[in-house]
Amino acid sequence: MDLYEYQAKDLFGAHGIPVLPGHVVTTSAQAQAVAAELGGAVVIKAQVKTGGRGKAGGVQLARDPDEAQRKAAAILGMDIKGHTVHRVLVTPACDIAEEYYLSFVLDRTQRTFLAMASVQGGMEIEEVAATAPEALAKVPVDPRFGVDAAKAAEIVAAAAFPPQVAQAVADTTLKLWDVFAAEDATLVEVNPLVRDTQGSIIALDGKVTLDDNAAFRHPAHAALADPSGQDPLETAARARHLNYVKLANGQVGIIGNGAGLVMSTLDVVAAAGQAHGGMRPANFLDIGGGANAQVMADGLEIVLGDPDVLSVFVNVFGGITACDQVATGIVQALDMLGAAAAKPLVVRLDGNNVAEGRRILARAAHPLVTMVDTMDAAADKAAELAAVTFAKGA
Amino acid sequence: MAILLTKDSRIIVQGMTGAEGRKHTQRMLRAGSQIVGGVTPGKGGQTIDFEGACLPVFGTVAESVAATGADVSVVFVPPRFAKNAVLEAIDAGIELVVVITEGIPVHDAAVFCAHAGATGLAAPSVRTRIVGPNCPGVITPGASNAGIIPADITGPGRIGLVSKSGTLTYQMMYELRDIGFSTCVGIGGDPVIGTTHIDALQAFEDDPDTAAIVMIGEIGGDAEERAADYIKAHVTKPVIGYIAGFTAPEGKTMGHAGAIVSGSSGTAAAKKDALEAAGVQVGTTPSGTAELMREIMKSLP
Repeated sequence: MDLYEYQAKDLFGAHGIPVLPGHVVTTSAQAQAVAAELGGAVVIKAQVKTGGRGKAGGVQLARDPDEAQRKAAAILGMDIKGHTVHRVLVTPACDIAEEYYLSFVLDRTQRTFLAMASVQGGMEIEEVAATAPEALAKVPVDPRFGVDAAKAAEIVAAAAFPPQVAQAVADTTLKLWDVFAAEDATLVEVNPLVRDTQGSIIALDGKVTLDDNAAFRHPAHAALADPSGQDPLETAARARHLNYVKLANGQVGIIGNGAGLVMSTLDVVAAAGQAHGGMRPANFLDIGGGANAQVMADGLEIVLGDPDVLSVFVNVFGGITACDQVATGIVQALDMLGAAAAKPLVVRLDGNNVAEGRRILARAAHPLVTMVDTMDAAADKAAELAAVTFAKGA
Repeated sequence: MAILLTKDSRIIVQGMTGAEGRKHTQRMLRAGSQIVGGVTPGKGGQTIDFEGACLPVFGTVAESVAATGADVSVVFVPPRFAKNAVLEAIDAGIELVVVITEGIPVHDAAVFCAHAGATGLAAPSVRTRIVGPNCPGVITPGASNAGIIPADITGPGRIGLVSKSGTLTYQMMYELRDIGFSTCVGIGGDPVIGTTHIDALQAFEDDPDTAAIVMIGEIGGDAEERAADYIKAHVTKPVIGYIAGFTAPEGKTMGHAGAIVSGSSGTAAAKKDALEAAGVQVGTTPSGTAELMREIMKSLP
C-alpha cells in the first residue's frame, strides 16, 4: 500500500523525524482557514499518489489566507497523471538553504535492503541516478542487523553530507530506518530532506510503501487505506477476500485460478480480441487453488456486476482441486446467482479429472455456458461473444 | 539425478499437524516422497497416521534431524510464525527448505534468506537453499515431491522447468506430459525469494538428466532480465521462455506480492525482449510455449 504524503509525514513525525505542521483539507474554504491558523506564507500541496506534482502545478506557494483559498481552489479537482486531486495539504512555507535525499528501499535483486542518500535532493531521484550517479550513495543494509549509529554514520559519510549537518542527518537516518523496520515498509523516502536557513533538518516531503503481507501485525495500518481512491468493484471484491483488479477499457471478464495463469489469461484474451474489434480483458480475478462453489459464486457475482463486462471467461486448471469439483462449483454458483447471471460464460477446464468436469458442465447444459477445450480457443470465443454484444450496443 | 530433490531426500514437514500440512503430507507420501516426520512446537511425541505411514511429530527441527536424518523441510507454517520456523530449519542444518506459505512479510523473508546465506551466485558457499516463499515447491517426477505440485500430472523425462507461477507450472507439465520432466521448481511469486531463475538454470545446466529448460516468468523485478544475461553467458542447453502479464496495468499488484510493474520497470515486454536478445524463444501463450519445447525435444538426440 502506497501512502499519501501527509500520511507518510504523520508516520515520520510519530517516529521522531522533524516535519512541518500541516492539515489536510478537501475544500478551498478549509485551506483558507488553515492558512489563517498557521499564519504567514503557506504551501498548498496536492495529495496524489504519483510523482511530478510540482511540474503539474499541484504544489503552490500562497502568501496569505485569501491566496491560499484561490490556490487550493485551483489545485482541488486537478488531474495529475490520471489522479484526481481530492485533498490538499496546507503547510507552512519553508526557507530552504539546501535540499538532500534519503531513503531505504527493498532491493529485490540482492534480497536485501538498500540505503540511498544524496546531497542533490529535490528532483526525481531517478534523474539524479541517471545524470549524476556518483552523487547518489547506495549502502546495502543487512536485514538481520539493520541500521545502528555506526551504519547511519557510514551512510552519511558515503553521501558526503556537509559536516555541519552530518550529525542531524545521521539522527534522521536512524529514525527513518526505524520507520522502515517498525512499520514493515518496502520504501521510505524523504525528498527533499532540507536544511532551512535556521540550520534545522526537516523532512519536507515523504513517500512510504507498506508491505500488505505484514498487515496482520499492524492493525493501525488499516486506517491508512483509502477507499475513495479505489474502484468500487475492487472494494467489493476485497470485502469478499477476492484477489481482484479492475482493468480499464475491457469487455471480457476473467476468472481463473493462480496469479500466473490469470495474468496469462489476460494476455491471451487481449491477443485474441484483436481479431474481434479490439475486445480486451476487463479484470484480473484469481480465485486461488481451492476453487469451491462459494468462491466461484462470489467471483462470478463481482465480475457479472461490472457494467463493462459483456462476456466472461472462466479459465481453470485443475491441479490441487480436481476439475469435477470446479465444474460442480460453476453449476452451483450459477444456481445461486439465478437471474443475476445474464451474460455469456466461456469455460475452459483442463487438468486433473477433466473428463468428469466437462461431463458435469455438459449435463447441466446451462444456456449461458459454452465449453471450449483449449485456453487459446476459449479466449477467442469469449472475445467473439463480447464483440457480438458490443456491436449490438453500438 | 535431477536437481535439488531425489528419491533419497529425507523430508520433514513443518506444520504437519495443521489442515494444509496434513493434506499435503498425505499427497507427498502417495507420490513416493520419503517423509520422515513432522515438526510442530509443543506437539513433540505425538504420531499421526497417514495412509501407508505413521509419522512422528517432533517439537523442534533439530530433534527431527537427530532422529531421522532429515535433509529437506517443507514449510506450511502460517505467516506469523514462518520466519522462526525457517530460521530453525536453517540452524538445524537442513539443506533444502521449501517454503509453501503465502503472505509472509517481506522483512521476514529478507531475514531468513540472509541467514541462509542464500545469495545465490554471489555466495556459492550456500549453507541452506531456500525455495519460495509463496511457492508450490519442487517435484522430481517419479522420485520425490516436496510441496503441493500435483504429482500425477506427468512422469519423469528430460525437461527442466523453473517458474514463478504455480498454476502455469501445472499447465506446462500437463501440456508436455507425454515427454516428462527431470525436475520442476516453483520458485514463488514474492518479491524476495530464496532460489531464483538463475539458480535453477545453473542447476539444470549441470544436470545430466536435463536436456532442455522451460523458464516461466512474470511482471515485477528484474529476475528474468538477469536470467537472460546468465543464459547468454553460461547455458548451453536449449531454453524456452514464457512471460505472463503483458496486459497488467502499472502500479497494481497482480495476485502475487511481487507481480507489479513500477513505473517503466518490471514490464513483461522488457523481460521478453531481454530473453529474445539472449537467443531464447519466448512463447506468446502457454500452449504455444509448450509447442516450442516439443519442437526442441524432437530435434534433440
